[in-house]
Amino acid sequence: MKKILIITGIVTAFALPLNAEIIKPVDVSFADGAVETSLTGTPGDPAAGRVLMNKGAGNCIACHAVTDLQDLPFHGEVGPMLDGVGDRWSEAQLRGIVSNAKEMFPDTVMPSFYRTTGFIRPGNAYTGKAAEGDLEPLLTAQQVEDVVSYLLTLKE
Amino acid sequence: MNKFKALLIGACTAGLLPAAGVAGPDDDKLMVNDELDLATEVAAPAHLDGALGSTIYSGWRFRTDETQALQLDDFDNPAMLTVDAALDAFNTPDGSEGKSCASCHTGGPEEFAGLSASMPKVIDGKLVVMEDLINSHRQEVMGAEPLKWSGQEMQGMVALIGLQSRGMPVNVAIDGEAAPFWEQGKEMYYTRYGQLELSCANCHEDNWGNMIRADHLSQGQINGFPTYRLKQAQLISRHNRFRGCIRDTRAETFAEGSDEFRALELYVASRGNGLSVETPAVRQ
Repeated sequence: MKKILIITGIVTAFALPLNAEIIKPVDVSFADGAVETSLTGTPGDPAAGRVLMNKGAGNCIACHAVTDLQDLPFHGEVGPMLDGVGDRWSEAQLRGIVSNAKEMFPDTVMPSFYRTTGFIRPGNAYTGKAAEGDLEPLLTAQQVEDVVSYLLTLKE
Repeated sequence: MNKFKALLIGACTAGLLPAAGVAGPDDDKLMVNDELDLATEVAAPAHLDGALGSTIYSGWRFRTDETQALQLDDFDNPAMLTVDAALDAFNTPDGSEGKSCASCHTGGPEEFAGLSASMPKVIDGKLVVMEDLINSHRQEVMGAEPLKWSGQEMQGMVALIGLQSRGMPVNVAIDGEAAPFWEQGKEMYYTRYGQLELSCANCHEDNWGNMIRADHLSQGQINGFPTYRLKQAQLISRHNRFRGCIRDTRAETFAEGSDEFRALELYVASRGNGLSVETPAVRQ
C-alpha cells in the first residue's frame, strides 16, 4: 500500500507539475504543430474519447473512417482514415492536430477543436445568429485529452 | 475523373484507404416524363479554370435511385403540387389593382420560357433574382403584398417560372455589369465562415463525390432550384439552402433576400452554366 501511495505521488507530481490549471485555448503552445503539454494534467480516458469520435462535438467519423468504430454507420471520406494513427503520430502531434490542425496543415479542411479566436462571422452554435460573448471551444480541454488517448490506441 | 479522384484511387491501390465508398456521380440518365432529356453532365465552364475538373454534374447524379426516381415523372414529383397551386395563383387577382399575373402576362407562364436560365441578372444597375421580379411586380403593378421569400407561395411561383426553362442550359452572364457582383459571390464561395471554418468550396469543390457522414457531397449546383427537399417536405429556395449551409459552419449566416446571397446566387449559378435547368428538382 505504501508503495502504491508513493507511485501515485510520483505520477501526480509528473502529471500535475506546479499548477494543475487547464490551459486555455489562447494559451496553447504549438511547436511544429504539436502540443507537448497536456491541456489538463489529467490523463485522457480512451473510452470517453471513443464515444466522442461519434457523438456530439467530436463527430470525427463524419469525415474520418475508423475500423475500430465500424459498428457505427456512415464514416466519412473527407479526411484520412485513422487506423494506425497511434503509430504514425506521437501523443504531442495528435494533441496538436486535434486542438488546431491548421498549425500542422495550414490548408486543411479540419475544424480547430480547441481554438476560440480568429473566425469569420462566428455564430452562436448552430442557430445562424451571431455569437454572443466569448466562444467556447468545440471540445473541452479534457475532451481533447480523451480523444487523443483514444487515437493513441489505434495501432496498425 | 478529376485529379482528386485519381489521387484517392491511387491511395486505395496503395492500401491507404478502404476502396469501398469511393464514388463520384452515378451513370444514370435523367429523362423526365419519358420525353425530356436533361443534361446532367456537361463540360465545365471556362471561368472555373479546372476547379471542378473538366466536367460539371447535376446534384441529381449524386442521389440515391429512390430519390432520383421522384424527378423522372411529374406525377411522382412532390414539388408539382406547389407548382400547380402557383399556377392557380398566377390566374387569380390579388391586390388593390384587381389584377392577376395573367392580366398582363396573357400568354401565361409560358411567356417566361428561358428567363430563369439567365437569372440572376443585372437590371438597372441592381443584381436581381426571380423573387425580386415577382415581388416588385406584385407590389408595383398589382398593388399586392410581397410574398415571403422562402414561403411556399413564393417558391411555388419561382418554380412555376423556372419550369418554363426546364431542359434549357443555364446561361447566366458573369461579365459586364454583372462582373462586380460575380466577384463578390466568388469571394464568398471561397470564404471559410464560422467556427468550423468551412467554405462552400471546402465541401463542393474539394470534396465532391466524397461522403461526409451519410451525405454524398455533390458539386453544389443550383440548376434544380427551387428544389423539393424530402427532409423538409417542401420547396426550398436557393437562399434558404445557402443560409442552412452557412449556419451549419457555426457561423452568423446572411439573410434570405440579402445582397450577399444575391451575389452568391449569381456566382453559384454560373458554376452550373451549361447544365439543364431541372426546376423543380427533388433531393434528399
